[in-house]
Amino acid sequence: MTAALSIAGVRKSYGRLDALRGIDLSVAAGEFFGLLGPNGAGKSTLINIIAGLVRMNAGQIAVMGHDIVRDFRAARRSLGVVPQELVFDPFFNVRDMLRIQAGYYGCGRESWPWIDEMLERLDLADKAGTSMRALSGGMKRRVLIAQALVHRPPVVILDEPTAGVDVELRRTLWRFMTDLHRNGTTVVLTTHYLEEAQELCGRIAILDHGALQVVETTRELLARHPFRFLRLKLADGAQLPEALQPLIAGEVNGVVELKLETARHPIGSVFTALRDAGVAIEDVQTREPDLEDIFIDLTGERAEARP
Amino acid sequence: MSPDRIAFVTLLKKEIKRFWSVLGQTVTAPVITAMLYLLVFAQALKDRASAYEGISYTEFLLPGLVMMTVIQNAFANTSSSLTQSKVMGNLVFLQMAPIGPLEWFGAYVLAALVRVCLVAVAMLAVTTLFVPLPVEAPLALLAVFLLSGAGLAAVGMIAGIVAEKFDHIAAFTNFFIMPLSFLSGVFYSVHALPPLWYHASHFNPFFYMIDGFRYGFFGHADVPIWQSLAWCGGFFVVASAVCLWMLVTGYKIKR
Repeated sequence: MTAALSIAGVRKSYGRLDALRGIDLSVAAGEFFGLLGPNGAGKSTLINIIAGLVRMNAGQIAVMGHDIVRDFRAARRSLGVVPQELVFDPFFNVRDMLRIQAGYYGCGRESWPWIDEMLERLDLADKAGTSMRALSGGMKRRVLIAQALVHRPPVVILDEPTAGVDVELRRTLWRFMTDLHRNGTTVVLTTHYLEEAQELCGRIAILDHGALQVVETTRELLARHPFRFLRLKLADGAQLPEALQPLIAGEVNGVVELKLETARHPIGSVFTALRDAGVAIEDVQTREPDLEDIFIDLTGERAEARP
Repeated sequence: MSPDRIAFVTLLKKEIKRFWSVLGQTVTAPVITAMLYLLVFAQALKDRASAYEGISYTEFLLPGLVMMTVIQNAFANTSSSLTQSKVMGNLVFLQMAPIGPLEWFGAYVLAALVRVCLVAVAMLAVTTLFVPLPVEAPLALLAVFLLSGAGLAAVGMIAGIVAEKFDHIAAFTNFFIMPLSFLSGVFYSVHALPPLWYHASHFNPFFYMIDGFRYGFFGHADVPIWQSLAWCGGFFVVASAVCLWMLVTGYKIKR
């Protein structure tokens, strides 16, 4: 089966800076794929190369089997990209902008009902005749998403589509992306909201310093590090026994979080150590590792923000 | 219609709509400016002997003013469109689309030609009552008009690709387009110039555009029409080749 996205040996340098150091990646048709990484990891560079905005120094990329250089027309017709920046053309209203975009991709009047449907589904119907320059940031983001989908591409790349949008819009976009995926579209998502990736993506790649650190299913990734977290609120004045000090992962408002390797540190052993040291506990909580913990482990950096 | 043709027609229509949505700026304003030039110069120099026998100074002036306006507006149309798209960031929509360099170039140049056609027709229509002009060589007139308009549209694209902000376009206009168009024989015949400037004028491509355009109306001009056509054609070919090379290689627009 033809891969939706096939990336082989892609390299890109800006002067002495190696933005991408040989990326090999394949995204199967129908996947919901997450591309994660800290700022400056090379995610946007990779997406811009796929979209035709940046020239690669070496390597090959194909979208639905179409080489993005030799067969750029077919490759681009198979691809929809939602750029990260809120760019717009101030001369046109929303509906005109979408019809123009459809025309660029060779779609004529037959695409107009689909445009109207997208306007409805993205809550843009009452803004269809509004000039792009008069829209709020959230509305412009919706238009960008509609623009990327106007030619019904089999592969869609969303570069941080939920950055800086309110909760309601984020939920609308999640629903929309999930529907797209359910209808067979391959979705590639980059986001700083790791809960979002964990919730939506079936497979995740983590990119750091221009190299892929890991490409695994979300389930494999979460099971990759067999540890869990134990949060303890100790009684007033109590100190954690010396033996448990190396396990401290963090401390907030008097609550100590211990990072326990499942095999080496069963939770029972912690309680035994506390009891032996005569330390009283006020409250206890456990937490399974989430994508953010894995992300920090692999990149040494914390994601920008949680939604 | 094939998808490629739909894409080309869409881009052409979009570029036309772009200048149409600000028609006051893109068509009416240049026509009024040119009319003011005509009014002032025709009044001030109406008693001056014309360069050509049987043709008044006002009649001599009008074709040059029309071509000067064509030159400036063909350049302005493509350069402002590209620069605005770059500054606003919306050029990515075009860069990501399955549109090849030739369609991109063709649509921008054709849209600029539509704009300068409107400007030229409006100027001639407004003045036809008080400055009626003959059309002695319509084919030469059309050829010089199209080659000059297309050549300047291509130069506008080059400037738009190279420019990173509107200041760069303003500099290009002020230091290249304006001086060359004012020193191209719009207001005088080059035969009236001192020898140095007379010879220097023959290296100015805009001189041949204006002189060739004037030939289309009166059937005679300062230099033979084949020479004007060769310069206009050569200018268009060189400007188009440079512009297409930039679009194919992604010069300044693809990092």
